[in-house]
Amino acid sequence: MSFEDAELLKEFVVESQEHLSDVENQLLTLESQGDSMDVALVNTVFRAVHSIKGAAGFLGLETLQGLAHREEEVLNKLRNHELRPTSVVINTLLKATDRLKGLLDEIDDSNGQDVSEHLVALERILSGDADTLSTTFVTTDTPVEVASSASTDGLSGEVLREFLVESYDNLEQLERDLMSLERNQGASEIINSAFRNIHTIKGTAGFLGFSKLEKVTHVAENLFGNIRSGKMKLGSDVSSGLFKMIDAVRQILSCIERHNDEGEENIEPLVTLLSSLGDDAPTDGGATKAKAKATSKARALKAGNAKSQPPAALAHGTNKNASVQTKSKPLSKTSSTKLTAPVTKAVTHLTIEKTTSSEIPNVLANPETPAAASEKPAISMVESAEQASPQTMSQKPAKGDSEVSAADSTIRVDVSLLDKLMTCVGELVLARNQILQFTNGKVESELHGTSQRLNIITTELQEGVMKTRMQPIGNVWSKFPRLVRDLAVICEKQVRIEMEGKETELDKTIIEAIKDPLTHLVRNTVDHGIERPEVRLANGKAAEGCLTLRAYHEGGQVNIEICDDGAGLNFERIKAKAIERGLMTSEQIARMADRDVGNLIFLPGFSTAEKVSNVSGRGVGMDVVKTNIEKIGGTVDLQSQHGLGTTVKIKIPLTLAIIPALIVSNDGNRYAIPQVNLLELVRLDGDQVKNGIEWIQGSPVYRLRGRLLPLVYLREQLMTQADAAAEAEALNIVVLRADDRQFGLIVDRISDTEEIVVKPLSKQLKGVAVYSGTTIMGDGRVALILDVMGLAHSSNVISGVRDHSVGDHLGRENASRSHLQSFLVLRVGESRRYALPLDQVTRLEKIDTGLVERADQQEVVQYRGEILPLIRLSECMGVPSLLSDVSLMDVVVYTEAGRSVGLVVDQIVDIVESELTNTRATQRAGLINSAVIHGHVTDLLDLPAVIRMVDPTFFQDCTSA
Amino acid sequence: MIATKQLCTFKLGSHLFGVDAQSVQEVIRYQEMTKVPMAPPAISGLINLRGQIVTALDLRFRLGFGKLEGDRKPMNVVVRSDDGAVSLLVDQIGDVIEVDDRNFEEPPDTLSGAARDLILGAYKLEGQLLLLLDCDEAVRIAPDKKE
Repeated sequence: MSFEDAELLKEFVVESQEHLSDVENQLLTLESQGDSMDVALVNTVFRAVHSIKGAAGFLGLETLQGLAHREEEVLNKLRNHELRPTSVVINTLLKATDRLKGLLDEIDDSNGQDVSEHLVALERILSGDADTLSTTFVTTDTPVEVASSASTDGLSGEVLREFLVESYDNLEQLERDLMSLERNQGASEIINSAFRNIHTIKGTAGFLGFSKLEKVTHVAENLFGNIRSGKMKLGSDVSSGLFKMIDAVRQILSCIERHNDEGEENIEPLVTLLSSLGDDAPTDGGATKAKAKATSKARALKAGNAKSQPPAALAHGTNKNASVQTKSKPLSKTSSTKLTAPVTKAVTHLTIEKTTSSEIPNVLANPETPAAASEKPAISMVESAEQASPQTMSQKPAKGDSEVSAADSTIRVDVSLLDKLMTCVGELVLARNQILQFTNGKVESELHGTSQRLNIITTELQEGVMKTRMQPIGNVWSKFPRLVRDLAVICEKQVRIEMEGKETELDKTIIEAIKDPLTHLVRNTVDHGIERPEVRLANGKAAEGCLTLRAYHEGGQVNIEICDDGAGLNFERIKAKAIERGLMTSEQIARMADRDVGNLIFLPGFSTAEKVSNVSGRGVGMDVVKTNIEKIGGTVDLQSQHGLGTTVKIKIPLTLAIIPALIVSNDGNRYAIPQVNLLELVRLDGDQVKNGIEWIQGSPVYRLRGRLLPLVYLREQLMTQADAAAEAEALNIVVLRADDRQFGLIVDRISDTEEIVVKPLSKQLKGVAVYSGTTIMGDGRVALILDVMGLAHSSNVISGVRDHSVGDHLGRENASRSHLQSFLVLRVGESRRYALPLDQVTRLEKIDTGLVERADQQEVVQYRGEILPLIRLSECMGVPSLLSDVSLMDVVVYTEAGRSVGLVVDQIVDIVESELTNTRATQRAGLINSAVIHGHVTDLLDLPAVIRMVDPTFFQDCTSA
Repeated sequence: MIATKQLCTFKLGSHLFGVDAQSVQEVIRYQEMTKVPMAPPAISGLINLRGQIVTALDLRFRLGFGKLEGDRKPMNVVVRSDDGAVSLLVDQIGDVIEVDDRNFEEPPDTLSGAARDLILGAYKLEGQLLLLLDCDEAVRIAPDKKE
């Protein structure tokens, strides 16, 4: 290597990466601008690439230099309007830029790398042969991470860090505001909030001496000022400009974070752009003038409405409170020394709203302050103009100081401290539970009263501490509208984003952890999930696709769903790909349900995308998503219907949570069931214990208000031994919800609901699917928390094969209950299907063929102390039965007026709800008609007629009896 | 220099075992346990150790010994592991013994089965062998591997 200084090289890499991080977005903007592209922006890109080229040449990085040089040439042509920013050109540039980034990443052997492909592509563009280029290009992120950075330059690191953290926050808020403003033009609070945000950044930047930052934010502030005064509309050009501004500010911030200076990036084009967007571009002279004017205007206000404004000032101060965080002390020192008149007053009013009432007259005496807070556009000018002047410098500290007082109500706390607090509270809750249990037995003791108080206080404390760590998921989502908007532009799609459950709160650490996976999924959805408008229209959908983000709590877990109404997964293609890539064998594939096939895309190295786009398609993404979610103990599940859309469901456990749970016991052990999964409790006693539960093909069911509820014995699931004394006189069914299915869990005893502290399972127990955690009960013993989803899976309540869900059923039921009838579907012989109205069925039994006896020319069995005559449906219908050599046969028991008859069938297929359509009359005895039930032609049995065929006296006896 | 270390000793059947005293959090008598149905058989249950939930491992099972006879209750040697504290159920607790590395010997090749993986070697004490248990290995139970 021809350079000696590793430091220098490192600096070059970092600097160049920064240059490039914005180039991508800028190129995309250029593309979207098309022929009306902003030459200033091209210049920015050009300069970025140029400086890389220069430095690379100096450092002897020939490959880098060469590639940058070729890219620069193309940009030059763009700049001179010799080329149009078509997607091919931009794509090639992006691709080359990515390659540059790649080279920077492996700077040590960058000279040995092959970039000829890119050189050729760029060359082709230069020679006007662009059309033959491939359009593949590569994706990159521009991550903006807040990391602690030490600093020098006389600024304490603390101050700088807080500034950065705050400004990032403010920017994020600003971005959100801007998004909603685009949709909702006139919303004055949002404009105000945006104005305040940008103003705060500007103010602090000025104080800290970041002149570039100040300049950019200043022009933006002016724009907002104009918008808020109604002078300007927020057109798409303006908002794009403002978005660019946000990006630029972000970039400067990250630069400050890393190097303590604002970087080399030229912001002039942006400033010019933003200025030109505003009606009155503030040139140096103009700004001064405006300032003078504003000051005089403020004075005029002082004379005019001296007494009437203070409330507004207070209101303003409070608003600030919301957007401003702590400022540290050094700021206030300067503020007391050299303050310009109007600003002094601003400080005063902001201070008083935090301090005593005695200072209120002060405010009354200083009415410029309200003016500063009022909606006059001139006001932004007061704090404007050439920011480097000493006057401005002194003005900024004042702002800082005002923020100190305004923000006293919030502090930043180390998360680890909160963690510790949380653990302590968890212990306290357990101790509380123990004490409560202890005192509950004793009546009216002094201890009783005290423990009650302890109870209440603990609960409050617990809630409080929990809240400190919680953040609404909306914080993560807030950046998605922008992301979706940009991606949609790139992909030439129309996408609307909807959010449900924004306020769903998650632990802070979890919020951090899901940020990236969610971003990836959203990206994927826009890129792959949602079709192009023309395709959508052709498929009878609205041109605009809809991406829905949904979050809610379920069973001590947070569910996050990302749904789209796009094309859905192409299962056949996934299968083919999986086989092609050797991830699965064709036998494995053949056995898989669609749901499982969908989840194949989470396998590493899986991508069905024909080409890799800049958005997604490299096949690493989904694998990374899954790994990241699983790292925090979550799960990812994917459901898709071809042509209708895809839903990705993420479940994240709250390991550090205190949740209400139902305590049940079974075979001497206690278990906690998260309340969220709980629907209701059913208790069967007396006769019902025996008769309430019916069996279909060996699966117990219970009729819960007319619907069949699959039952699961906890004993069977846990494979525990029944207590000898457990022959209970009552049966307890805990009706649970897992996903969208319901099932009943049969337990020995149901105790009470209790607040439990969820503790994670030890490593040795992680693999046991039926538990989600452990907890300590009031008596100090450990109880296991049942994982309802796990139970549902292990008991096959959820198999992924059934396509209809309880939710669907309920919906349909309400809509058209009157048309629906429940049928028991039976099979006889190879393929003959028969249906019986379910209400004619008393019971379904499996009867050992060995028990069949004969009486009076007829097959009978002894059944519940009676003789049950058997009718073989195959014989009645003249269909050959396949039931020759089975030991158990399925029998449908029909009871009428105390007499029963058993109908022997080959197989009980299902219980279905169906409308009777497509019926065809039939002449055959014993049949009502034929109909299509669930896609099969099914003969509807006339059971009384069938019985009469075999035993003509059956009903006569009934009536005579 | 003579390298010595302290071992916390305990008995399983007639064998004397030791674990590095550094890794032992505490030694407690028998505790009520919550059984965990469906768990790997080496897991005896869960213990509440002053608010900390500790998984109790049946060391007899891990080493291929039979069940503890009669009504005797095992004792807990609570060791620290990467994944929090784990209790090893043993028959009887012994002293903390200082051992000399010169008396250490690798296990003979004839040793087989589960013991092979869990025993690091033996200290030749007078009249008795002190078997050094590999703590990390002992608490490592693959979740899906039913032993």
